[in-house]
Amino acid sequence: MTTSPVQLRTPLGDEVLQLRAGDHVELSGIVYTARDEAHLRMQKEGIPFDPKGAVIYHCGPVIKDNRVLAAGPTTSARMNDLSDFLLDRGVRGLIGKGGMGATVREQLRCRGVYFAFTGGCAALAASHMTLEGVFFEDLGMAEAVWAIRLDRLPLVVGIDARGNDIFEAARKTAQTAFRHYSSRP
Amino acid sequence: MQSPDPARIHAALADATFQAYREAAIGLPPDVLRMIETAAARETSPVARGEFGNILKNVKLAEELGVPLCQDTGVPVVYLTLPPDVTLTEDLYEAVAEGCRRATREVPLRPNVVDPLTRHNTGDNTGKGMPAIHVRPGNKFTVTILPKGAGAENSSRVAMLLPSHVYGIEGFVVETMLYAEGKPCPPVFLGVGIGGTFDLAASLAKEALLLPVDTMTAFEQQICDSVNKLGIGPMGQGGDTTALAVKVKTAGCHTASLPVAVNVQCWANRHATREVQL
Repeated sequence: MTTSPVQLRTPLGDEVLQLRAGDHVELSGIVYTARDEAHLRMQKEGIPFDPKGAVIYHCGPVIKDNRVLAAGPTTSARMNDLSDFLLDRGVRGLIGKGGMGATVREQLRCRGVYFAFTGGCAALAASHMTLEGVFFEDLGMAEAVWAIRLDRLPLVVGIDARGNDIFEAARKTAQTAFRHYSSRP
Repeated sequence: MQSPDPARIHAALADATFQAYREAAIGLPPDVLRMIETAAARETSPVARGEFGNILKNVKLAEELGVPLCQDTGVPVVYLTLPPDVTLTEDLYEAVAEGCRRATREVPLRPNVVDPLTRHNTGDNTGKGMPAIHVRPGNKFTVTILPKGAGAENSSRVAMLLPSHVYGIEGFVVETMLYAEGKPCPPVFLGVGIGGTFDLAASLAKEALLLPVDTMTAFEQQICDSVNKLGIGPMGQGGDTTALAVKVKTAGCHTASLPVAVNVQCWANRHATREVQL
């Protein structure tokens, strides 16, 4: 890598609109974990934090004695149909693994970005984190909304605010390669 | 031949299971780590190089801190080898389960095992038929733990190909990764079982993941190169490295059958073996 990562801090503003898919960034400031159950609860009862410029992390962390022990990303696609209300309320960033669907790609246009964090890197993630608080703790450790302070978590922009998507690009490459491959005698 | 005291066997096997599980959850086997490092050095995509950087930092941190590599600490797949003087009894299965429960509490591991229909979590990574235990005769008394995470296991496939389509094996493996994309946390290791029966092919595919991954036959290398031509890359974000290695195990099969199984494994091809000290 030749360029150094872009430094970002939550709450995010219009600076996210300048990011390009494939850019490396380091994110600092508070983010909120949310998986399937937390999204459903927030849809019903409201968002328990200020959503303006906020960042959601698709993650079910392991917390022990008020410390984050492991906090790798979960598969974001499960939240494909659950993210619109967050972006409508001002959320500017989503973090997860595996990318998201075409609908979310359109919802992010001119508003926010999807960041990817490396799947399986739970120990690395935890080393960049301090626990700040929790909402909906009754949902259990994996599904609660944890407020976590990040110190320069290394991320890559997976989907930018202009509709560029590195996951979709890789998918197209693979499909083309397989067509060639399967047409071989 | 005098069999050792059952209580002593039980305690030693439970302890060796715990030790192997702990080692497997925290660190990678040296050949697995070597393959990741080699691919990282070769990778040309900047995004993919970033992913490799995170993976290598994560492996180092987990080892230093003594914490699991990944929060999906998997379900326990266990391979036992029994020497002639150790009798296979129901109690050996219980001793392995005890080691798994202790590992869940003390490492700690995420409790992942649930009833398949009610989805009730047992809380200790054991349950009906879990741990999955495979027993073989051997010279030494050993226990091997292969913790298997869900993302990669869910991308695995079995097919009964036409016996006249041996050439289709490679296409089936490549197609498995085409469908899997980033879901199994690539770069992956692919265990391929060819032959046997419907179920034996799947068993062989999983056992293939235990073979040394830093050498490949010409056949394995050819499949690996074809998978890498897909360009799915680390985490499905594009790049040169989709598969780190392909390992094949075969068995004799019916003349009218060609079973093929692909067991997908994430970059964290975790497994560890301990000798049971009697």
